[in-house]
Amino acid sequence: MSEVQDYPSRLSDPKSRKAETFSYLPKMNEEQLRKQVQYIIDQGWNPAIEHTEPEHAFQYFWYMWKLPMFGETSVDRVMEELDACIKANPNNHVRLIGYNNYTQSQGANMLIKRGDM
Amino acid sequence: MAKTYNAGVKEYRETYWMPEYQPKESDFLACFKVVPQPGVPREEIAAAVAAESSTGTWTTVWTDLLTDLDYYKGRAYKIEDVPGDDEAFYAFIAYPIDLFEEGSVVNVFTSLVGNVFGFKALRSLRLEDVRIPLAYVMTCGGPPHGIHVERDKMDKYGRPMLGCTIKPKLGLSAKNYGRAVYECLRGGLDFTKDDENVNSQPFMRWRDRFLFCQDAIEKSEAETGERKGHYLNVTAPTPEEMYKRAEFAKELGSPIIMHDYLTGGFTANTGLANWCRENGVLLHIHRAMHGVIDRNPHHGIHFRVLAKALRLSGGDHLHSGTVVGKLEGDRDATLGWIDLMRDSFIEEDRSRGIMFDQDFGAMPGVLPVASGGIHVWHMPALVAIFGDDSVLQFGGGTLGHPWGNAAGAAANRVALEACVQARNEGKEVEKIGKEVLTEAAKHSPELKVAMETWKEIKFEFDTVDKLDVSHK
Repeated sequence: MSEVQDYPSRLSDPKSRKAETFSYLPKMNEEQLRKQVQYIIDQGWNPAIEHTEPEHAFQYFWYMWKLPMFGETSVDRVMEELDACIKANPNNHVRLIGYNNYTQSQGANMLIKRGDM
Repeated sequence: MAKTYNAGVKEYRETYWMPEYQPKESDFLACFKVVPQPGVPREEIAAAVAAESSTGTWTTVWTDLLTDLDYYKGRAYKIEDVPGDDEAFYAFIAYPIDLFEEGSVVNVFTSLVGNVFGFKALRSLRLEDVRIPLAYVMTCGGPPHGIHVERDKMDKYGRPMLGCTIKPKLGLSAKNYGRAVYECLRGGLDFTKDDENVNSQPFMRWRDRFLFCQDAIEKSEAETGERKGHYLNVTAPTPEEMYKRAEFAKELGSPIIMHDYLTGGFTANTGLANWCRENGVLLHIHRAMHGVIDRNPHHGIHFRVLAKALRLSGGDHLHSGTVVGKLEGDRDATLGWIDLMRDSFIEEDRSRGIMFDQDFGAMPGVLPVASGGIHVWHMPALVAIFGDDSVLQFGGGTLGHPWGNAAGAAANRVALEACVQARNEGKEVEKIGKEVLTEAAKHSPELKVAMETWKEIKFEFDTVDKLDVSHK
């Protein structure tokens, strides 16, 4: 058995902050991200994009990027909007949401880009 | 047409066996598995069960004639063989809705599983399923918040939630216990849980525990930037004491409390669920004693009935079994009662032991909690079986990590997210679980060590209570 390792999480280190689903995984590449977008579309959910300054990530409400993309079925369109949001807010966390209007909830909500901290 | 009074004993079937009866939408329906004493005809026994669980007694009484007994009586309307069982048969019984006080799970079960279970003409009796009419469902409070409101409050979407029961279950001081909670939460779990045995013992009084656990929640939230909770067990010797503990948990800002609904009882549970709804506190439900009631395939109450009862009485989480861990649970049957916890409408499906269509209307769903003997290697199967709307609880599978709770929690969180990511990509995560975990472990030394620690552990005993779906 390997030697015991310390768990390197610190209040003083902003990099220790997580941001919910997929924030414990390495950053997705474009191909992986496209598959997640496809999943949201395949469920019949409405894709949406939100972003925030990393220091305010704990708050329930992040900034909406434009409006949810109701009825959008093109992965390319969603990817374009993600790019546009990231370009306009280069230092922010960005997450991708799938609104499920039957449960009136979010079927998916995943961190896709970490802002600078 | 007036009736005359004849004292004496009548055969039950003259009054309570009604094979021509068409159940009404508003009727309660019950399916009992019956093993009669030798020599007693099935119709007579089914009628006796209907009688003894509704209006009947062993002899005619003159006051029967002061009411419309033919309206109020339970009606045995169908008998079926139990596949693969020569001794037992299913008796289907319909009860008019006004036999039961509105919103009272207590009253329903006092009738349905009351004196009849001690009836001498029966060798054994098991309540396999009930159909609760929607009209009655509407009179019950149900889960204080339900699955979607809990997700909104906790801000967690698109994956199962992760929990851990703190161990050792007895004997820790409040501060050491809080330490264990903090380590789990900072490592990436969403919830930790009081063990059901933890109430307010001399080694750790409830108020001390609540304070240290809340501190653990607050620090781990600040550290991780995520919302956390600890199920503070408010199960207590008296309702007054239970509410006192619940009030204190609310004052501290705890998002969730916990109750044991069978040992605490339905009255306490329904009251506490109402309190939670009024006070915005989530309610986790443990099921100590269920094994006494539901494990014997020929006697007692099936867990799917206990699960329906809890959904009516109220709870946001309920332990459901894991299918894959150390505790009893047949996969198909478990999938059946998980649907009964979560869905609005559940169709009759004998292959999963569901004997009736059940309509819960707009009543919120209960999150199934898979807990007991599970670790990272079970994660792919758990994600496949339970889907997103569940809480997966790794007790030993978090605390037993060689580097401690935080590392154990991180290992579980990475494993969970990797499995969800793979599932979303369209992969059959249960089949390729090893690949998914191995790949994820490349970026997580905590997961790598967890996989080395637990790979040999398996629980492969056969289930005692199997579904009766095929002839042997």
